[in-house]
Amino acid sequence: MRKLKELVIERGLLLSALITIAVTVGIVLVLSIEAINFFSEVSIIDFITDPEWTPLFSDKHFGILPLLSGTLLTSFIAIAFAVPVGLSISIYLSEYAPKSFRRTIKPLLELLAAVPTVVYGFFALMVVTPFLQSFIPGMSSFNSLSAGLVMGIMIIPYISSLSEDALHAVPNSLREAAYGMGSTRLQNSFKVMVPAASSGIIVSIILAISRAIGETMIVAIAAGQQPRLTFDPTVPVETITAYIVQVSLGDVQHDSLEYKTIFAAGITLFVFTFLLNTISYRIRKKFQEKYE
Amino acid sequence: MSKDKKESVIESSIKRKYKLQANDVKVWYDDFMAIKGISMDIKPNKVTAFIGPSGCGKSTFLRLFNRMNDYVDGFKMEGEINIDGSNINDKDINVELLRKQVGMVFQKPNPFPKSIFENVAYGLKIQGLKDKAFLEERVESSLKQVALWDEVKDDLNKSALALSGGQQQRLCIARTLAVEPSIILMDEPTSALDPISTAKIEELIYKLKDKYTIVIVTHNMQQASRISDNTAFFYLGELIEYDKTNKIFTNPEKEQTENYITGRFG
Amino acid sequence: MNNIRKNRLKDQAFKIWGIFCTLLGLVLLAVFIGNILVDGIMRIDWEFVMNLPSRKPEKAGIYTALMGSIWVLLLTTLIALPVGIAAAIYLEEYSKKNRLSTILEVNISNLAGVPSIIYGLLGLEVFVRILEMGASVLAGSFTLALLILPIVIVSTREALKAVPKSIRDASFAMGASKWQTVYHQLLPASFGGILTGIILALSRAVGETAPLIVIGALAYVPFAPSSPMDEFSVLPIQIFNWITRPQHGFVENAAAAIIILLLITFVMNGIAVYFRNKWQKKFK
Repeated sequence: MRKLKELVIERGLLLSALITIAVTVGIVLVLSIEAINFFSEVSIIDFITDPEWTPLFSDKHFGILPLLSGTLLTSFIAIAFAVPVGLSISIYLSEYAPKSFRRTIKPLLELLAAVPTVVYGFFALMVVTPFLQSFIPGMSSFNSLSAGLVMGIMIIPYISSLSEDALHAVPNSLREAAYGMGSTRLQNSFKVMVPAASSGIIVSIILAISRAIGETMIVAIAAGQQPRLTFDPTVPVETITAYIVQVSLGDVQHDSLEYKTIFAAGITLFVFTFLLNTISYRIRKKFQEKYE
Repeated sequence: MSKDKKESVIESSIKRKYKLQANDVKVWYDDFMAIKGISMDIKPNKVTAFIGPSGCGKSTFLRLFNRMNDYVDGFKMEGEINIDGSNINDKDINVELLRKQVGMVFQKPNPFPKSIFENVAYGLKIQGLKDKAFLEERVESSLKQVALWDEVKDDLNKSALALSGGQQQRLCIARTLAVEPSIILMDEPTSALDPISTAKIEELIYKLKDKYTIVIVTHNMQQASRISDNTAFFYLGELIEYDKTNKIFTNPEKEQTENYITGRFG
Repeated sequence: MNNIRKNRLKDQAFKIWGIFCTLLGLVLLAVFIGNILVDGIMRIDWEFVMNLPSRKPEKAGIYTALMGSIWVLLLTTLIALPVGIAAAIYLEEYSKKNRLSTILEVNISNLAGVPSIIYGLLGLEVFVRILEMGASVLAGSFTLALLILPIVIVSTREALKAVPKSIRDASFAMGASKWQTVYHQLLPASFGGILTGIILALSRAVGETAPLIVIGALAYVPFAPSSPMDEFSVLPIQIFNWITRPQHGFVENAAAAIIILLLITFVMNGIAVYFRNKWQKKFK
């Protein structure tokens, strides 16, 4: 009787764990089935090479490049801002800052990642863009620069927290050895600690990139809704995510081609983030083995 | 007397003579062989001490008697462990019931993060016993057996974590006694305690052997010589020597044993 | 000699740069919150909280969106909690090291990195269309529950991992079964940690916008939901809607609603940190 009860419980718990697999399978199935439907009507070559994305116009073009360039541009700006700042924070906190300061500042920094993204969108549109416009006169009120910068603020804690953990995990003996040779904290940080913690730092950066690529509300609010193949940060662009939001807000018939475009866009997004996540997982596993 | 009957009488007399038996036991952790074929018999109502240097397999061997190694990744065992003549690794043996019969006390006191009362009553409660008067009585008698009752009787609802290390360890023993086992395994029970607490536990062990069969792993050779009736010396996964404690400490057969107890290695 | 002094100077310079970077994000956040407070604090009153949405900014309130958020949060908790905790218990206490456990592990780590909008697409197809829930509170809750599932699992596992092994040993040695050990010892002992993780996951859910837009949650709902099958809006969607309106009055409304959303988020984070600190002391 008791054995049976234990068995039933174990199976129930296992079933719950298997739900996570069902979610992944569900995502892959949903995205690929709708995407296959889409590609039965639109050639995959056009999808990859056509420089225009105008599925909602009468002259329809289905080239993903403009959306991809919008996504990459905003993400690049965010990363270019967040990596130097986030890394400096992590080095400062782990090698320079007093312990008590570290303990208070870390939860505060993590608060940056807890702010809802729609709130950051407001910040980018209402505060950062007007501020930047006073320096860059020709800047449009929707642009990738301010969306990217604000996204950068949001992902700072992803980089600083994870990198700091990695730096912290470096054995103290290494640190002492470097100081024993007479190096300054700066030399020790960049010549010993950062290389020793490099895999953890790389993981944090990859996760931040993945987070930036998938971010939706900031770019939907502040970067605009004009798909265009450009690397000019002052003009409106549209990201993959913002396009999905745009279609979702409109009145699009289910089973129409327009409706299927969001799944084609979605699978593109999924493939990119999946690759990044897999790479970071691999590096993390390898890294764990190193210190165990 | 028929031959069969005669054999069964002999068998049951062996049973009475030996509480625990190991027959050619071998243990592996993945590819590492931790126990290399050990056979031994342990007598009831005696204190048997396992001694030997760290990593000699004595703790692993001890944990075979209540199958605590079952959950260890990569654990594999060959051979037979018998308690009262029946093989505890048989398929129809219920491991939970086995552990009620074979209690265990660990190296570091490990009370549950609950009240003193809940700690002692835990083993009974998970058996489904709910009668409050019965639980109270059993908690009291168990705490009295370990001489902790007078110290904690007014604080039964306080967290067990508030007790001192020595008190915690006696509580853990009381917790074990509450389910009335016939065997108690102790894995270096005093190694984390101060000398006074250690003395109290040793006294307790001496007292308990009237009712229980006790097997104790210890690093402390004075302790083994003070409290045990028989001593087994383990080295590199093998049982080197097993005899009356007196004999082991005064006139060991093997040179390795002598080297160890005289402190030449280990 | 000169070289050493130069190195020291560089060292000092980096220290100042480090402090600057550390404070940069926080100062920006402070500037921003200050800005929002200036824009929106005057707009907050009891009527703003209790009013239904309206075309006129000065009459519009957040009541339906707030109620929608509460509904979604409650249902999301009800769905994600049992599944997430059960899955974590399985992975941490039951599963042996084998192919399945590796697959589960990699999979959960991957799910945690899937953009939230993808969960929206999944919810749209599976809950809204195939299971015919429509753009209801229930469909939204299922979608968000799947979204926070990896977070709940990972944090519950961390909490279980923090319970010393000696507690498991003691319980098993007393003859407790696996489930008895989990139920009587591990769950109570890791309660604080599990709670922390769940509150953090929910604070994430309460701010989510994109997946709910994708499943078709509305910006304008005339009434607060009264059953799981009702249409709904949530606070972040209401904010998004107001931000995209041209009239200045709506910007004020957006700022006011943001103050309330931030308040909810920060209070939840504060509670989580409090529990974490209190709980961490227990095993030290």
